[in-house]
Amino acid sequence: MYQVRLWSTRHARGLETLYQAFEQALVALDPLWRRIGYQRLERPVAAVEHAVKGFLFDCQMCGQCALSDAGMTCPMNCPKTLRNGPCGGVRPGGFCEVKPTMRCVWVEAWDGSQRMQRGRDAIRVVRPAVDRRFSGTSSWLRVAREKAGGPS
Amino acid sequence: MIFTDEPAPGDPLPILPGHSSPGRFERVLRAGAFAVTAELSPPDSADPEDVYTRARVFDGRVDAINATDGSGANCHMSSVAVCALLTRIGYSPILQISCRDRNRIAIQGEILGAAAMGVCNLLSLTGDGVQAGDHPQAKPVFDLDSLSLTVIARRLRDEGKFESGRALTTRPKMFLGAAENPFAPPYDWRPLRLAKKIAAGAQFIQTQYCFDVPLLRQFMTRLDDLGLLDRIFILVGVGPLPSARTAQWLRHHVAGVHIPDAVVERLAGAEKAKAEGRQLCVEIIQEIREIKGVAGVHMMAYRQEEAVAEVIDASGVLNGRVPWYPERHKMLLQEKVAP
Repeated sequence: MYQVRLWSTRHARGLETLYQAFEQALVALDPLWRRIGYQRLERPVAAVEHAVKGFLFDCQMCGQCALSDAGMTCPMNCPKTLRNGPCGGVRPGGFCEVKPTMRCVWVEAWDGSQRMQRGRDAIRVVRPAVDRRFSGTSSWLRVAREKAGGPS
Repeated sequence: MIFTDEPAPGDPLPILPGHSSPGRFERVLRAGAFAVTAELSPPDSADPEDVYTRARVFDGRVDAINATDGSGANCHMSSVAVCALLTRIGYSPILQISCRDRNRIAIQGEILGAAAMGVCNLLSLTGDGVQAGDHPQAKPVFDLDSLSLTVIARRLRDEGKFESGRALTTRPKMFLGAAENPFAPPYDWRPLRLAKKIAAGAQFIQTQYCFDVPLLRQFMTRLDDLGLLDRIFILVGVGPLPSARTAQWLRHHVAGVHIPDAVVERLAGAEKAKAEGRQLCVEIIQEIREIKGVAGVHMMAYRQEEAVAEVIDASGVLNGRVPWYPERHKMLLQEKVAP
């Protein structure tokens, strides 16, 4: 929901802290996920992730979550799905070129990032092109698996 | 400007140490000359002569010619084809690739093809949304963004690999560019975004139209503070406005064009708006050439391309220098042969 999404960006700092704690918990629980089987978890977790992040951020489930690097806004809501910042078409007042009634996702992202701790610098890092194969999959599980290390 | 190691028109120049491309444009910038580029609007035609006619109006005034890629999301002859035609007779074109119309498979193939045809410069762009153009029913692709496109182009050139990791046998020797719009929000982020483009591999920047010099100055000062000016060649976009009406239209219909009220009023109050627009453009060029870190200007004179020569001459930015063009090359050769 658009209004909730804007609220989330305004509260980027708190959400960042929450998200970091959540991520640590996910990574710590890696042995449990491993026992159940990441593959078996994929569908239910993706569904929960979609519901939660969909509500808070209008998450589009690209599968390679960039929220923490984009001021707690989902860059996939940009009509051009830009992952590295705004295009040159941003309208005066910070509105989207393609959807003139919507705030530019990256103007919001910049605001959000400036409220954040780690996110303040993370937004400056060049993000590679998105891997479309991950679309619809759980980013949470991927992060847990990758950060816990071990065989994937 | 004729170099001592000048090849036959259409052949690559030797690549000097520290240079990335065998192109004239990079040579001019690295030699420290104030560079001029101009935008060529590709024709709605399949006739190569239409391309050459459009290029000739810039003869002797520009160091490189940008061939736009479906600008404003309107359909025209492709940028890569225009560039290939231009290289045949020795011009130095800048290939524009917008992320709107092609995915990474098509784009990487196009970069290789362009390099094979002698194109030495690439400008990576996001591209206007399809809603802006004559085919709003088209599918917007945006598989990449302009930064990831720059990263991929640099990888092709420096590592000799596709994004997939598969190796090339010959690398595309391209001078890499990106666009920036210092005149659109979020203003305080724009300089950092440019830093990001440099980190991605951009070597030159061409900006959106500048009608607001103080805003540009602010932007350039910030770049200087960030220590970026030595790492990038910045060409500022300029263009003559033919009338107050056009200015209003541009403001409201072309994404990202910022025109201050004072400019519109000046045109509205002028007896001969067209001449006033050109005079204003000359003044802007003269002002921005004095700003630290500005390496040149990029002329965008849509539908009044003939104004480019007039404005550049009046501005005096070339300082007597004559950029290469086919006829001049022939003339100089004849002089050499003649006793």
